[in-house]
Amino acid sequence: MKTKLAVSVIGVCLALPLGLAVADPNADLVINGEIPITVRTAAPDHVENLRTIYSGWTYRSSETQSLQMDDFENPGMIFVDEAIDAWNTVEGSAGESCASCHGAPEELAGVRAVYPRWNEEAGEVRTMAMQVNDCRTRRMGAEEWAYDKNDMLNMEALLASVSRGYPVNVAIDGPAQSMWELGRELYYTRTGQLELSCANCHEDNYDNNIRADHLSQGMINGFPTYRLKNAKLNGVHSRFRGCVRDTRAETYRVGTEEFIALELYVMSRGNGLSVEGPSVRN
Amino acid sequence: MAENVKPRVRVPRDAVAGETIVLKTLISHPMESGQRKDSDGNVIPRSIINRFTCSFNGETVIDVTMEPAISTNPYFEFEAVVPESGTFEFTWYDDDGDIYTETKDIAVS
Repeated sequence: MKTKLAVSVIGVCLALPLGLAVADPNADLVINGEIPITVRTAAPDHVENLRTIYSGWTYRSSETQSLQMDDFENPGMIFVDEAIDAWNTVEGSAGESCASCHGAPEELAGVRAVYPRWNEEAGEVRTMAMQVNDCRTRRMGAEEWAYDKNDMLNMEALLASVSRGYPVNVAIDGPAQSMWELGRELYYTRTGQLELSCANCHEDNYDNNIRADHLSQGMINGFPTYRLKNAKLNGVHSRFRGCVRDTRAETYRVGTEEFIALELYVMSRGNGLSVEGPSVRN
Repeated sequence: MAENVKPRVRVPRDAVAGETIVLKTLISHPMESGQRKDSDGNVIPRSIINRFTCSFNGETVIDVTMEPAISTNPYFEFEAVVPESGTFEFTWYDDDGDIYTETKDIAVS
């Protein structure tokens, strides 16, 4: 009787930490009980080395996952609220706000899903941030927002939040193809003293642990991302920079052509997953 | 002076008398601890919310003393039993003397 009791107590101790830390690998994400999010799907044809693509959400603990299921508990939505104020604020010499042209932010639903995107008029591939700054300087006569800094990330979070549920679908052919190929080359290029490419971690070793962290496929459908470790929104380029830095390399700067190309390529690897920003990660 | 402070609360719109309901509150606030230094080595002065209270029809539900170790954007989730229809009043007290309030009505049948 005594041994039996002891055994069952040990059983409870073992089961509890596991139950708390490890998420159900088949869990599905529905935000606010009304926006279904595709977190796993068949890989697009141009991603030769993966069969199934997974959102970074599937690699997080169940506690972190649940934060993203309800806007009230998602700390990233605080920044979306701030962006709504900025959206309605008249700035610059033209006396216009975002709302003067676009109306409600919801009018731009689905836009996040197709960026970065070729801009015919400017003859370049543009990220969301570049497009926002183009609006600010050319149409509003306002000052540019710094790349991956608070104001810009807040606005990107707002634009992502109204596109949640839309499948990522960036164009990789036509005029954007050369940038896409540059991004692809960067993805497979080893950098730094550790000689690691993006693919070494996120393609060859996803689902393994890198020290205490569970490696994801490095999908960027959830950006901007609220990270619990720094309690703020994080941009894609800053994340790239952090990764390249961790290979002990001199990194590209945010907003440079290389990172724009890499953003286009990495976004295209997630074609088919849903936009889910602002997401919550650790 | 804390900027962009915005309280948010979630209270169910209706409930049955005697039911235990879940209240969720979140306030955006930097909660600067007073322990950190800026790039020049000067101490960044403490600026936190030091007290949070919730009352229902004037009766205290919860009264919390908050300390500098609490993270940015403090979140509280707690339960209350609602005997009758009424109003929840939430109050946050800032170090700088500001007081932020939010009220929510609940209909009890």
